[in-house]
Amino acid sequence: MTEPLIYEISSPGRTAVALPDVGVPEVELPKELLRKDLDLPEVSELQVMRHFVNLSHMNHSIDSGIYPLGSCTMKYNPKINEDVARLPGFANLHPLNDEAGSQGALALMYHLQSWLAELSGFEAASIVPAAGAQGEFAGILMIRAYHLDRGDHKRTKILVPDSAHGTNPATVSMAGLQAVELPSDKNGDVDLNALRAALDDTVAGMMITVPSTLGVFDTKIRDVVRMVHEAGGLMYMDGANMNALMGIVKPGELGFDVMHYNLHKTFSTPHGGGGPGCGAVGVNEKLVDFLPGPIAEIVEEAGEEEDAPLYGLKMPVKSIGRLKAFQGNFGMHVRAYTYIRIYGGEGLRDVSRHAVLNANYVRAKLRGVYPMPVDRICGHEFVMSGHVEGVEGIHALDISKRLMDFGIHPPTNYFPLIVPEALLIEPTETEDKATLDNFIDVMKTIAQEAKDDPELLHSAPHTTPVGRVDEVRAAKQLVVCCRPIPDYEPQRTPSGD
Amino acid sequence: MSYIPHTDVERQQMLAAIGVTTIEDLFEAVPSKYRFPKLDLPKGLSEMEAAAELQALAEANEHGGDYALFRGAGAYHHFIPSAVNHVLLRSEFYTAYTPYQPEVSQGTLQAIYEYQSMLCALTGMDAANASHYDGATSLAEAVTVALEVSRHKRNKIVFHPGIHPHYRAVARTYHQGNDVEFVGDGGKAIERATAEDLIKYIDDQTAMVAVQYPNYLGAIEDFGRLVEATHNAGALICFVVNPMALALFKSPGELGADIVVGEGQPLGIPLSYGGPYLGFFAVRDEYVRKIAGRIVGETLDHSGRRAFVMTLRPREQDIRREKASSNICTNQGLMALAACVYLSLMGRNGLRRVAEISFQRAHYAAKQINRIKGYKVNVSKTFFNEFAVKCPKPISEINQFLIERGIIGGYPLEADYPKLKDHMLVAVTEMNSKDEIDLLVEALAEAAK
Repeated sequence: MTEPLIYEISSPGRTAVALPDVGVPEVELPKELLRKDLDLPEVSELQVMRHFVNLSHMNHSIDSGIYPLGSCTMKYNPKINEDVARLPGFANLHPLNDEAGSQGALALMYHLQSWLAELSGFEAASIVPAAGAQGEFAGILMIRAYHLDRGDHKRTKILVPDSAHGTNPATVSMAGLQAVELPSDKNGDVDLNALRAALDDTVAGMMITVPSTLGVFDTKIRDVVRMVHEAGGLMYMDGANMNALMGIVKPGELGFDVMHYNLHKTFSTPHGGGGPGCGAVGVNEKLVDFLPGPIAEIVEEAGEEEDAPLYGLKMPVKSIGRLKAFQGNFGMHVRAYTYIRIYGGEGLRDVSRHAVLNANYVRAKLRGVYPMPVDRICGHEFVMSGHVEGVEGIHALDISKRLMDFGIHPPTNYFPLIVPEALLIEPTETEDKATLDNFIDVMKTIAQEAKDDPELLHSAPHTTPVGRVDEVRAAKQLVVCCRPIPDYEPQRTPSGD
Repeated sequence: MSYIPHTDVERQQMLAAIGVTTIEDLFEAVPSKYRFPKLDLPKGLSEMEAAAELQALAEANEHGGDYALFRGAGAYHHFIPSAVNHVLLRSEFYTAYTPYQPEVSQGTLQAIYEYQSMLCALTGMDAANASHYDGATSLAEAVTVALEVSRHKRNKIVFHPGIHPHYRAVARTYHQGNDVEFVGDGGKAIERATAEDLIKYIDDQTAMVAVQYPNYLGAIEDFGRLVEATHNAGALICFVVNPMALALFKSPGELGADIVVGEGQPLGIPLSYGGPYLGFFAVRDEYVRKIAGRIVGETLDHSGRRAFVMTLRPREQDIRREKASSNICTNQGLMALAACVYLSLMGRNGLRRVAEISFQRAHYAAKQINRIKGYKVNVSKTFFNEFAVKCPKPISEINQFLIERGIIGGYPLEADYPKLKDHMLVAVTEMNSKDEIDLLVEALAEAAK
């Protein structure tokens, strides 16, 4: 099944949209400044709808089947979230609207900030960052700014466990600091001896994921925090796995100084095929003044006659600055606010309880079928090896591709890097037992197929719109645009070095 | 209310399979002192209660649905055809993840590929990526690309003061830990600054010069000599653009740009109090392997069918880790889809029409406002759909007066440019009818009295 490109169904002179007349006395356009080419498709509205509906059929999505993609928390995205985010009072609100006329939006942001802070035991939160990676970046910039503000210029290193998300070391170097990798011990926890050896007065802080990317709570986490603090560093928690922690433990109480939340993971805002998201950051009192802004604040408490205080936007006094134009992905704020409002505090605790229940159930049922490098009670996800005993030449990738034939999205492959042939499985709390049982049965079937008919796995998938794609060809014969670009006059190449 | 499907019986069966008695048993690795903390959060609500609360919050805002909206400054109130939202609400698109597994993500991948193609057409560049968070972060990433292209031998970035102040601020935030020097936007008042003024900042340490087209005050400037001087110095020139203006005016490609970035919000994305938006990023061929972020390429599947896949992965953070130049690992996928659907619906003629109507109505508004006693618009400059108005009173007073008459007035420029006291930045789009413009003019005249 393939779908033509929208340009391939275009015909000159066709249009999908009628627009009103200019309706005012016209002035002459500045001809010498106008462009001649505008190579956009010309199609009807029905052609557009069919094209994109056909494309939509070529996607796996949460609404079409289980999506146990570890570290991504592909939980159900409640439909009310989509409706409320599109309310005219939100959708048509200009980002630079006067604060007096934006009180509903500001109140929403204010409460969301407070709730996120409360959930993690922090002093305050900023919901400006657009994605987890941007939240991480904000966190590391804050740690850097904190040390500089105290006149400590030596601290240029950030410790990162070898199990970390690839964004962690990338974030550190983006902030102009140096990432120092720490090994994990055989249980998947931080190796305390290696940590001790790495700690000195050049360490600005440490980034760590809780539960770890292997899906387990680091039993020595308090020791890790204490040791880093004693060496003068700050602790950053990568909150990608927050779905295991709500109402279970507050990172702020464990001693973390800063963390990011992924509203598109834990708080059900949709992933949108790769964004938009929101990577809010929470901090303790040490870092409050450094938060990225602007932040929604109460600028005037409610008087006796009024129901609500006056809200406004403020830049924290020592802010690391703006990370985006305006004040963040507000549409995501609305969805996350709604999600928290519907569940309430106890409901969110229940979310994490069931996320962990589901992961442990699948893990328990697949023990003995696939190797489990960390064989203990897990958090909201667990890692196993894409190996079938007695069969050579079957890889995590083959198992992943074969899963697609059963209408199941593969788990995360080849991450964390420290587990060979890793398959990271995160069912989320919104999957029911029957769906999990089916997933478990399919995983068992595939393990059997690997023994009986390995070619079935190597040639998978068979039922998807396209078969395995040639990624090498894509990178070598790079084609990223389907249209020729007009050959303009020179001015093209810098003439210097 | 809850979206958790478990029954009591199922919970018991599952716990038994795991070999524990209660769910609480699963959390023993968490130090007991910190386990199950008190949560000071409100109680849960039913869907209808939550909907009512959200409705009330939404209604507490003054917005472009109820008011005549003349505010732009980087976010514009354009018409969005219904079909855009209907495609976005296909949950096959919005509940999917980043298309790491191409065989089950061809829908998302092909749509991004089409988006990239349309962005190339608009900007006149050879390659566009799958998008960044917004226009401001696209500019910050352009700085990174320019530094990489110079192999970090150059560290100076020249910013035209006519670039959106938030964008310049974001670029500075991004590069505060790197040894980068930003110059060019600290001197002359923006309304008098010209592209030629920037030439003196360019030297052999300059990695990139960036300009905005149209600039923050709406004007279309001639960048010819600046582009030439930039290239002569071996630096890259980056255009920050309003994509809607590109439906009418020469493409940055034609004007010599090496990198084109901008805010895709005008292309079918609602204002939504500032996000989610769409940072587009396009370059000439020679820099494509330096861009951060996702990029989708065409290829074949094993049986020779056309297929799409995220490509150039080895540059990315999940593979290069600390050697990656950026940590970005998502794009604004759904917003890129919105722009793709919008541009398909508008097409070659529709998009130009939207731009023309905006241009004409903005010029009508500027002319009418300039006639009012006490107001001044510099109508001699070429502009697209936005212009600065010198007003006879503080903007806060004028805007208060306008709100009472159902109008959201222009953006007070003093906040970002102290020298532009009593100036408002007025934006006009196809959403502003002649009647609305006449109402604005009338109200401004009254406000001056």
